[in-house]
Amino acid sequence: MSSLARLRFSRRVARPFIRTIQTTADTTQLQDSAHETEPFWVKIHEDSFQTYNCDKPELDVKMAADALYKAKMIRGFCHLAIGQEAVSVGLEHGITKNDKVITSYRCHPLAVLRGGTIQGVIGELLGRQIGMSRGKGGSMHIFTPSFFGGNGIVGAQVPLGAGIAFAQKYNEEATCTFAMYGDGAANQGQVFEAFNMAKLWDLPCVFVCENNKYGMGTSAERSSSNTQYFTRGDKIPGLQVNGMDIIAVKQGVEYARKWTVEDKKGPLLLEFVTYRYGGHSMSDPGTTYRTREEVQRMRSTQDPIRGLQRYIEEWGLASEQDLKQIDKDAKATVDTAVEEAKASPIPNTQDLWTDIYYAGTEPSFMRGREREEVHHY
Amino acid sequence: MPSIASSALLKHTREQALKMPEIVWADAELDEARGTSSLSSTTGRETRKMNTYQAIRDALSIALSTNDSAIVFGEDVAFGGVFRCTLGLAEEYGRERVFNTPLTEQGVVGFGIGYASMGSKLGNSTLGGRGMGGTAIAEVQFVDYIWPAFDQLLNEASKFRYRSGGQFNVGGLTVRCPTMAVGHGGLYHSQSPEGFFMGAGGLKVVIPRSPLQAKGLLLSSIRDPNPVVFMEPKVLYRSAVEQVPTSDYILPLGRAEILTTGSDLTVVTYGTSVYRCEQAIHLLTHPPEGTGIERTVRDALGDWRRSRKGQNTSSTPTIELIDLRTILPYDLPLVLRSLSKTHRLLIVHEGPTTGGVGMQIAGDVMSGFNTTSTTNESEEDVGRMRREAFLGLEAPVKVIGGWDTPGVALQYEKFYIPDEVRILDGLLEVLAY
Ligand SMILES: Cc1ncc(C[n+]2csc(CCOP(=O)(O)OP(=O)(O)O)c2C)c(N)n1
Ligand SMILES: [Mg+2]
Repeated sequence: MSSLARLRFSRRVARPFIRTIQTTADTTQLQDSAHETEPFWVKIHEDSFQTYNCDKPELDVKMAADALYKAKMIRGFCHLAIGQEAVSVGLEHGITKNDKVITSYRCHPLAVLRGGTIQGVIGELLGRQIGMSRGKGGSMHIFTPSFFGGNGIVGAQVPLGAGIAFAQKYNEEATCTFAMYGDGAANQGQVFEAFNMAKLWDLPCVFVCENNKYGMGTSAERSSSNTQYFTRGDKIPGLQVNGMDIIAVKQGVEYARKWTVEDKKGPLLLEFVTYRYGGHSMSDPGTTYRTREEVQRMRSTQDPIRGLQRYIEEWGLASEQDLKQIDKDAKATVDTAVEEAKASPIPNTQDLWTDIYYAGTEPSFMRGREREEVHHY
Repeated sequence: MPSIASSALLKHTREQALKMPEIVWADAELDEARGTSSLSSTTGRETRKMNTYQAIRDALSIALSTNDSAIVFGEDVAFGGVFRCTLGLAEEYGRERVFNTPLTEQGVVGFGIGYASMGSKLGNSTLGGRGMGGTAIAEVQFVDYIWPAFDQLLNEASKFRYRSGGQFNVGGLTVRCPTMAVGHGGLYHSQSPEGFFMGAGGLKVVIPRSPLQAKGLLLSSIRDPNPVVFMEPKVLYRSAVEQVPTSDYILPLGRAEILTTGSDLTVVTYGTSVYRCEQAIHLLTHPPEGTGIERTVRDALGDWRRSRKGQNTSSTPTIELIDLRTILPYDLPLVLRSLSKTHRLLIVHEGPTTGGVGMQIAGDVMSGFNTTSTTNESEEDVGRMRREAFLGLEAPVKVIGGWDTPGVALQYEKFYIPDEVRILDGLLEVLAY
């Protein structure tokens, strides 16, 4: 026993070949001058990317002003991914409508961006008929035709991503799948199983680790022997990206898409280094396992939306006034959507029995809520 | 109507708590071994008011302090866990004994099995396991996430002893997991999967109903020489509060408990449903005046009395309420003994009806030709008792469980859980048959 008591978990040793990633939001430099209508060039900070067995993405990026505006709109909509907006917004702007995305329960911004509606998401949170899963899925399970959902079971979506990518390859589509998971999920066995299949069959799958430094109350350092998640794919090359900078995210995603779709080089691992300001979920204040100062520091120095705002203002694309108006409009849009969702009724009783089996192939009856209530198909 | 907090089934005083049937005090057992005698009776013992998570924490603390080989691990347990059951244990017993694991249920349980197998060579007395290695107390954050580990539990833990011809075992393994619905958990925080474990011979499955039960049954599970899956009803973590003895004690596994005695109907249940059955029985005996419930109860009891013509009937039926406590292997003889008196059986649980515990019990009661039993070795002739129970039935056996929908969808959760009205309806249906 005494030997057990003496046993100490060894501290992680920093890997010498890896430099620290840049995680500030506003390090991108304007190259020339920005235009409201014409595309313009910007330069991403060189430390926004770290690579594992692949080249760095280009640091020069052509941007359009309207994409930046749209990105700004997402602010304030979803509480559960606050701090991580750059990932969903940058991702959506770097892929095509036909690419597929699958992620964990932290799915609200993507559900909206991938063709859903704010009413639909809030309606689902409230369990109303207007909800995108007709009130039957709940907060964690929201889908669109190109978005294979929020998934409640940590890590379970990752092998699904490999399967979706296989279908794309089999159908010879020029598209790919982004299979997203967290730093906590990265330790599930099936994640590694999915890596192996994807590389074995060279599937157009981009594995996206959204490293927000914590899986519930456990920090990445305490859960993972190797916290350089982009290096965990063995033969799959990886790219670590500043996940607090929308432009860097977008560039990283475009690089990954080119890798798998245009260059047909098989899977790639993308790690976005980001941060969640709030608790894990509504029942977690998020302050028992990390300091308030840490959260405050991230908020005040690295906020992706504030960073974007800085770009827009400094590059003269819009005035502070304009941006305030965008905020106001976004808030109004959300307020209306909330009202609409609240007005929608809860699911019908008979929907208890639908969507269990393919319509027409059900067992002849299902039991109901009381003795007499038996549902016959 | 009694709520969980005001339930008469909870021990609200020290005296009630210390009189808990079948309680085994650790010091009394030690005394017996040493041939000394100290506090074997109820005198001089302390109790403290605890809710279920505090009682579980107390049990874990005793397990850690009485057994150097005990380790407690799982996702987020070093911070106290989602339900606070491990609060402060890491500080008290050291981070090398109480630690967070990566998010990998299959890995966590497999790891626990490996650690527990290191204790194979030790003899295990009921309160023993004080030697080197082997007592692994793992937490799966919610029972809904046990499936990645199901393979480990079924293919490794349950078969370890058998497949090594008794050379190895993982008796030191206990897997704790919160279970059952709270009313708003949705698809992945409300399931009750114990039915899926019914065929896992070699494993034990335990579900306590209260703080006092949780402490004694958890300590039993930890010290039992077999791997145990210990499922803790989430809703009871805070809502069930009772007086719990502060010292080290165990309650027996494999033994159900009769909570209220009766002669007209046997109700078998466990976990949260115990309280819903208590409420339903209250509605039966005290239907709210002037309501539809009162009329329904009156009509049904009229039928019941007519069916008992010629017998000496009291004006209201009495119900025998049984808490199963250990689900696998469960206490079939006790159920059969009760049936020999009541001849009517209702089983209530939250898990899905098809393939569930209720259907298993119903099947066991009705398959009287089979003389083998899933229970512990019993002196009674279980086969004969089964035949008599079946032939003596005055109504079909009724099972009230969750629906066969794929899980507990958020908006339907209140319909899914057998509530007091559905249970009352079941009581009346079986009584009036
Ligand atoms: C298989 C499984 N185990 C445990 C849980 C409970 N749980 C939900 S989220 C979470 C933490 C996940 O952390 P991470 O992957 O880093 O994602 P993040 O929440 O940070 O986005 C845990 C343990 C679950 N949903 N599924
Ligand atoms: Mg995380």
